Amino acid sequence: MRALTKKNILIFVGILLTFAIVQGLISVGIISSFHEITIALICINIIMAVSLNLITGFTGQFSLGHAGFMSIGAYVCALIIMRYDSTAGFLMGILAGALVATIVGILIGIPTLRLKGDYLAIATLGMAEIIRVVFLNLEITNGAAGLSGIPRHANWFWLFFFAVITVLTINNFIRSSHGRACISIREDEIAAESMGINTTKYKVMAFAIGAFFAGVGGALYASYFYFLKPNIFGFMKSIDILVIVVLGGLGSVTGSVVAAILLALLTTFLQAFTEIRMILYALLLVVIMIFRPQGLFGTKEINDFFKFRKKHERIE
Amino acid sequence: MEQFLQQVVNGISLGSIYALIALGYTMVYGIIKLINFAHGDVYMIGAYIGFAAITYAKLGFFPALLISMILCAILGVVIERIAYKPLRNSTRIAVLITAIGVSLFLEYVMMFFVGAEVRSYPNVLSNYTLHLHGVVINMQQIYIIVTAIALMVLLQFIVHKTKTGKAMRAVSIDQDAAQLMGINADSTISYTFAIGSAFAGAAGVLVGIYYNSIDPLMGIMPGLKAFVAAVFGGIGSIPGAMIGGLGIGIMETLVSGYGNSMYRDAFVFLFLILILILKPTGLMGKNIREKV
Repeated sequence: MRALTKKNILIFVGILLTFAIVQGLISVGIISSFHEITIALICINIIMAVSLNLITGFTGQFSLGHAGFMSIGAYVCALIIMRYDSTAGFLMGILAGALVATIVGILIGIPTLRLKGDYLAIATLGMAEIIRVVFLNLEITNGAAGLSGIPRHANWFWLFFFAVITVLTINNFIRSSHGRACISIREDEIAAESMGINTTKYKVMAFAIGAFFAGVGGALYASYFYFLKPNIFGFMKSIDILVIVVLGGLGSVTGSVVAAILLALLTTFLQAFTEIRMILYALLLVVIMIFRPQGLFGTKEINDFFKFRKKHERIE
Repeated sequence: MEQFLQQVVNGISLGSIYALIALGYTMVYGIIKLINFAHGDVYMIGAYIGFAAITYAKLGFFPALLISMILCAILGVVIERIAYKPLRNSTRIAVLITAIGVSLFLEYVMMFFVGAEVRSYPNVLSNYTLHLHGVVINMQQIYIIVTAIALMVLLQFIVHKTKTGKAMRAVSIDQDAAQLMGINADSTISYTFAIGSAFAGAAGVLVGIYYNSIDPLMGIMPGLKAFVAAVFGGIGSIPGAMIGGLGIGIMETLVSGYGNSMYRDAFVFLFLILILILKPTGLMGKNIREKV
């Protein structure tokens, strides 16, 4: 296994180019500060959706509580950067937020992941609600009024950096033997267990990694939007993330990325009509489930489509 | 002691409402194994229909309740036919996501037409209150409890004494076998949705009268709590849903009465997680063994 394969170099160049182009457009002023918010949302949504996809799409554990982990990351990071207002403090906040989210994820995951399907969904939903109510009542988080004036350290560089890290880490995890174990749980839990896979261990592992990156996403959210209140991270937020994952395809990392971009653009265009946006959202969910339940990409990645064409050419 | 009894009375009235909603959840879950997330929103629409009937059509309590129940039953069947029926054979996650989609759709369509603001419900009942050894029971509570009991008796009658009820029980035990015996599973499922939604509509009108305020997002929380009640009682079991609803209602009022009302919702969900872990079949659920 060499790290410097042609494919890896291409991916690296692609990432650098994307960063440089957007950075250039921001500095020249073609992307206004209004559109920068959309870009920030895209990055955060990519982090959230890809991490949820690991839990729901790849491991097959239906979670409706992803916003709960996000809120933990957001609050922990916000509290830390409000004390230590520096880039080091910001990075420390992200790490701390992500770690606390992971710990909570593991603590909640061990008992609840014994549940299956809709029961798990409801249990995770309940968990996110409990987290929200706790933040609503804690003194340190300033209750329902929320925290404001959080120093803004997250910028395009950091948002992009963490989005790329998330996508690469989860992508590599899925291709590792642990990741394959997770996928086997999705395909058939009983069969996986009888093949000697410790299903509980891998389910909790997927849940913990998902929670970690959800914490990162939340921390970036806190630092970019410098305002937090518990109701941002309600049931609706979890659904928002789920919609991205489902639209992109349960079990497709690139699908989540593409869907996050598409939905953020849709949201920006429909900014003025919140209700219509939500109605469209809802219709989109139902229509996708009826006509294309596997989402845009299914379990395929974006490069699989190109591979297929090549093979086809060779056959001819 | 008086305060405790007062809380229990309040809890029973709230719990009867939860029980009415929980019945719909449990019946639908029993028959097609779907957590109908849109159920809480049918309840919200029921409340608005009742509001319209009382305010604009100047109807009394019972006609409003009846209209709301009928229209909600129709709505429930329409939802089932359009959104859930095409997904009869797809994965559980797909159907659950569809249910969430339908729920969002109902909420925001209502918000689009009636606005997001909270409306106050007209008072159609007299302000008479009953004093029993220091416990105050008001007219609304009496109406709620009596209506809920009447509807539950009616449901027991439908399920156990009529042909439709027999078909419903048969389909929920084994859909394929029921179809082989000549039962039309599709129409039985529609009947189940109709009855469940009618109950949700009734609960909507009752809650509007009890709390005096309605808004398009009012269905989310009671919907989730009624689901907790259904799980507590044992999902799929009709008496379980009634007991579970009352239990959750009483628990909630006791927590807000003696503890911190801010933690009320958290407590209900904590309770849910505990039941799911300790006794996932609930109080009256049947234990089904998993087969490979």
